[in-house]
Amino acid sequence: MLIYEKKKNALIVRLTGELDHSAAACIRREVDALIADSAARRLIFDLNDLKFMDSSGIGLVIGRYKLMARRGGSVAVFGPDERIDKIFQMAGLYQLVERLA
Amino acid sequence: MNWINEMRLDFPAISENEAFARLAVSGFMLPLDPTLEELADVKTAVSEAVTNAIIHGYPEAAGMVRLRAGYDSEGMVQIDIMDRGRGIADVDRARQPFFTTCPDEERSGMGFTVMESFMDRVVVHSAPGRGTTVRLYKQIQLRDSALPRRA
Repeated sequence: MLIYEKKKNALIVRLTGELDHSAAACIRREVDALIADSAARRLIFDLNDLKFMDSSGIGLVIGRYKLMARRGGSVAVFGPDERIDKIFQMAGLYQLVERLA
Repeated sequence: MNWINEMRLDFPAISENEAFARLAVSGFMLPLDPTLEELADVKTAVSEAVTNAIIHGYPEAAGMVRLRAGYDSEGMVQIDIMDRGRGIADVDRARQPFFTTCPDEERSGMGFTVMESFMDRVVVHSAPGRGTTVRLYKQIQLRDSALPRRA
């Protein structure tokens, strides 16, 4: 469900499978533990292998944005499919979170 | 509408059933030979409506959620997601983007907006203390190979 990689200044979290309200609670706990353990200034969600996401994903990403912003850091997303991208756009997520090409 | 196929499912309002509900609906629609795009649209909307029933319909003890679906010979699919929970006092307000009653739980308030964007029509009936019914409509474009036979 969640694979991560720590680079020098970034924590990269790769989400796989399906992200709904049920899965979000578990992912949130894991990601928050990773953030707490890391000095990284940047959190990157790699969504290339995410098969499904509903609006629960918006809350997850914005919640982590708030957490990182408090530490003076930032959040980016990478590889959302068209549908996920549309959901993020509806929510104005890209005003807060960079979408990496 | 004149259904040529219909189904009904009752399940407790626990979050494990969000995935079950969207898979059940996509399985039910398969005879219409929907595109992956159409299937994903419906799965996303069903996921939103079932999640709302679980979180908002039954904030305390989990009651039952009823999911009813049917389609006609033209490929029009109707899906009802019903709970007998708390209900919504102001449906128009609840449908506004970013309106949420639980920001602390990282709910974005985008559920109805997502449903409206991926479905052709979304109708909500609700009354405080009497539960909520969300009715979703989606036209599936029938391809020649996919015309369902009348049961």
